Amino acid sequence: MTDSIITRRALLAAAGAVVAAGMSGLPARAQGLAATPTMRGGANNYRPGAPIVDRIGGGGFWMMGTVRRAGDGAPLAGQRIQVWAHTTEGHERDPHSHGATLTDANGVFRLEMPQIVPAFGQPHGHLAYDDDDFETVFLRPVMARASDTSLNADFVLQPA
Amino acid sequence: MDLKRPSRTRQTLVWAALATAVAVPIAAAAASPLLAWRDPVYIAAGFAGIIALSLLLVQPLLAGGHLPGLTAQRGRRVHRWIGSVLVGMVIIHVAGLWITSPPDVIDALLFASPTPFSAWGVIAMWALFTTAVLAALRRRLRLRPLVWRRAHTALAVLIVVGSTVHALLIEGTMETLSKAALCALVLAATVKVAVDLRGRANRKRSF
Repeated sequence: MTDSIITRRALLAAAGAVVAAGMSGLPARAQGLAATPTMRGGANNYRPGAPIVDRIGGGGFWMMGTVRRAGDGAPLAGQRIQVWAHTTEGHERDPHSHGATLTDANGVFRLEMPQIVPAFGQPHGHLAYDDDDFETVFLRPVMARASDTSLNADFVLQPA
Repeated sequence: MDLKRPSRTRQTLVWAALATAVAVPIAAAAASPLLAWRDPVYIAAGFAGIIALSLLLVQPLLAGGHLPGLTAQRGRRVHRWIGSVLVGMVIIHVAGLWITSPPDVIDALLFASPTPFSAWGVIAMWALFTTAVLAALRRRLRLRPLVWRRAHTALAVLIVVGSTVHALLIEGTMETLSKAALCALVLAATVKVAVDLRGRANRKRSF
């Protein structure tokens, strides 16, 4: 079980490295970049229209990632990413556990939030893209360790 | 009187060992820092699951007559009673989780959950409910003892394997070592009693 998780994480890390290489001056690599599929359970306890905030609650934990376009891998600026999780300050269903942020010019987003704690068996977060320009994607990344103070999730969006 | 003394010591030791095996994981879970960030309903749901796991250690010991001081008949009555408590605990577990996060429980029940432990728990739940229905209808269905024992043993193994894998894969309030030890004891007790009862039944049939 542990081995298969490590393998999956290693694969994800390798995929991330390839993606990063694609971003740093190897545009040919990014051609035909596939859209990120919605993860199982990603939409659980979703509340549409989470407000754009500087920080969710007291902060101390960072949810971050990138948003790019499927196909050419171009970074997407100004995209709204919604974030929620079970944290030290509330359950997933609580409205105050939800917030949103926009990507910068490089398609990067960073949102500070309270520390995520294990709930329903895993320390995990939820992210959503559900605006009109691209197809909706829900992600449910799992932290490698419950003690981690950040979590990464990257979106590759399919134009709608 | 002299002959009774060592047996009473042994009796005390067996009960003390069982109490320790059950109490340590429950006490460790009660000390979990995760509890500070959970609502009472979520906490109750979690502890109903932990108590159910602990009762899975008591059940085979009762069925095999390994708990001293209980006559075979009384032991079986307690085994049946704990069986219904198990059903109640699992209902509280699932209902409490449902109140805490409905979509996660619906995913689990439909075998569509992203977490691998969910399916094991749901399989164990249905095996437990099937056992309860079979036990209640045993007389009415006129199940032969051999058929009943095989069905009950198969379902019990499914319940125990499903529940222990479910518990071990969860990162939750249970402390890792005490959880693993309890799961190992539950598995060992179930296998030993299943094998013993089979041997006992085979010997009876050959008379």
